[in-house]
Amino acid sequence: MFSEADWVALAVTFKLALITTFILLLLGTPLAWWLARSAWRWKFVLEALVALPLVLPPTVLGFYLLITLGPHGPVGSLMQAMGGHSLAFTFTGLVIGSVIYSLPFVVQPMQAAFAGIGKRPMEAAATLRAPALDRFLTVALPMARPGILSAAVLGFAHTIGEFGVVLMIGGNIPGETTVASIAIYDHVESMDYVHAHALSGALLLASFLMLLLAYAGNRRFRVLQG
Amino acid sequence: MSVKAAFHFQWPGFTLDVDLSLPPRGVTGIFGPSGSGKTSLLRAIAGLDRHAGGQLSVDGSVWQSNQVFIPPHRRALGFVFQQPALFEHLDVLGNLEYGYKRVPTGKRRIELHSAIEMLGLSPLLKRRTSTLSGGETQRVAIARALATSPQLLLMDEPLAALDRRRREEILPYLESLHDELEIPLLYVSHSPEEIARLADHLVMLEGGRVTAAGEPQALFSRLDLSLAHESDAATVIEAVVESHDETFQLTELSFAGGSFRVAQRPLEPGSRARLRLAARDVSLTLNRQTDTSILNIFAATVEAISDEGNGQVTVRLLASGVPILSRITKKSAHELNLKPGQQVFAQVKGVAFLT
Repeated sequence: MFSEADWVALAVTFKLALITTFILLLLGTPLAWWLARSAWRWKFVLEALVALPLVLPPTVLGFYLLITLGPHGPVGSLMQAMGGHSLAFTFTGLVIGSVIYSLPFVVQPMQAAFAGIGKRPMEAAATLRAPALDRFLTVALPMARPGILSAAVLGFAHTIGEFGVVLMIGGNIPGETTVASIAIYDHVESMDYVHAHALSGALLLASFLMLLLAYAGNRRFRVLQG
Repeated sequence: MSVKAAFHFQWPGFTLDVDLSLPPRGVTGIFGPSGSGKTSLLRAIAGLDRHAGGQLSVDGSVWQSNQVFIPPHRRALGFVFQQPALFEHLDVLGNLEYGYKRVPTGKRRIELHSAIEMLGLSPLLKRRTSTLSGGETQRVAIARALATSPQLLLMDEPLAALDRRRREEILPYLESLHDELEIPLLYVSHSPEEIARLADHLVMLEGGRVTAAGEPQALFSRLDLSLAHESDAATVIEAVVESHDETFQLTELSFAGGSFRVAQRPLEPGSRARLRLAARDVSLTLNRQTDTSILNIFAATVEAISDEGNGQVTVRLLASGVPILSRITKKSAHELNLKPGQQVFAQVKGVAFLT
C-alpha cells in the first residue's frame, strides 16, 4: 500500500509531530500559565502574537522563517559563524517552523484550562502550606489535565497536517524534510493517485482518531465540572 | 493577646483601617454589611492580598511588618472560603491530607484522624468531592484547614452559600470546635444569628472601619449600632441552668435580671446556656400581668427608645443591669407613654437556645 519512501515520509512526519508537541508542552505550559494569570496591561499584545499563526498564510510564516534561518538571515549567519550551517532545509529548521506554526493550538487550550481553575484552589493550596511551584504541580497541572491533553493532541494533529511552512522552510529532502503532506503532493503531481489515496487516507484516519481523543477528554472534563 | 493586626490602606473606593487585638482563643466574629471590608481584612491577615502598611503578629511571631512579609504558605493558619475550594482531582481523604502532609511532624498538634472525627467525615473519606453536598463540602474544607494544625483559623462566611438546612447541619460542628480548639478563630459573617451562636467577641465593621468591638451581648443591644435595628434584632443572654420542673416539663435558667422557664431541655443543672431573645418577642406592660399565659416576665427600666421609622420603635431595657431589646409599635409606645427611666415589665414570648 505504501511505498518505502511513503513509510519514510510518515516516519519523518510523526517524529516531527512528536518532537514539536514535546517542545510546545515544555514552552507552552509556562507561557499559558502566565497568560492565564498575569494582569499585565500589554498582555493582549502577546496574546495576539500567539494567535497569529491561526490566521497567517503558512507560506508567509515559512517565507519569513526562510529569511531568518537561511544562510543570509540573522540566525542562519550566526549558525554559520559558529561553524554550523544554515537551518533552512533541515529537520531542525522544520521543528522550529512547526513549533511556531502550532503554538496557538497548544497554548490557547492550556490557557483556557488554567484560567478555568480560577484563583481559589491555588489560594486554598497556599493556605495549606504549599509553595508556588508545589501548588502549580499538585493543583494547577492536575486540575488542568484535560485541557493539557487536548492541547497536546491538537498540537500533534496540527503539526501532522502542515504543508505550506514545510514547503518553504524544509523543502523536499527525503528522509530529512519530506513529510507525508509533501509526499501526497508529489504523488498527485506525478498522477500516482493510488499512493496519494493511501497516504491521504492514513492522515485522515490518524487526525480523526486524535481529535476523537481530544474531544472525549474534553467531555470528561465537562462532566467533572458539572 | 496572641493576635495583633493593624491594617491601614486606601484604594480608590475602598479603605481598610483596622486595629485589632484578638484573645488567644475563642471565636471573634467579624460582622458588617457587604462591602464593609470583612473579607478584605481576612485576606490581608492570611497574606492572600499584600498591602503595604500592615502590621500583623501571631503568638509573638511577626507575619507582616514594614520589613517583613511572610507568604501565606509559611503562615500557620487555616482558611475556609465562602465558596468551596476543594481540589476536585483528589478524593476527600486526598484533600484532607494535602495540608496535613505539608506540616512537619514536630509541628502537628491536630492529627488527621481527630480532624476527621471532629467534623464527622469518616464515612466520606473515599468519596469524590463532586459527589458531596454543599454542607459536606464545607465540613471537608474546615477539617482540611484544621489538619494543618493552624495557630489561627480564618473563616470567610463559611455558611453563606448554604441553605438553611445545611447551615443547621454545620453549626453544631462549629460550636463543638469552639469548645475544643485552643486557637483563635476569626469568623466573618453578615448573619446576626451565626454571630450570636458562635462569637465570644465581636468586631463590627462598616466602610472598612471598626465601628465597635466587644462582647456580643453588649453590642447586640446597643442602639447606636446597626445590629439593634435589624428586623431580626435580638438580645443574647448568658444564663445558668438551675433546675428541672418534672411536673410541667420545664427547665429553669437564671441570669442577673431574673429567671427563665422554658420547655424542658436535657441540660445539667449548673451548666451555662446562651439564649437569644428576639426583640419582637418581647412586649411591654406597665403592671405585672398575672392573667397571662406568658411565663417569663421581668421587671426592667426603660433606658432608651429609638424610632425605626416604619411605625415601630426599639426599646432598650435594663433588667438588673442586663440589657434587653423590645420591638413594639410606635402607637403602643405612645399609649404606654414610655420614657427613659420608667419602670416596666418585659414579657418574653419566646426564647431560643443558641448553645
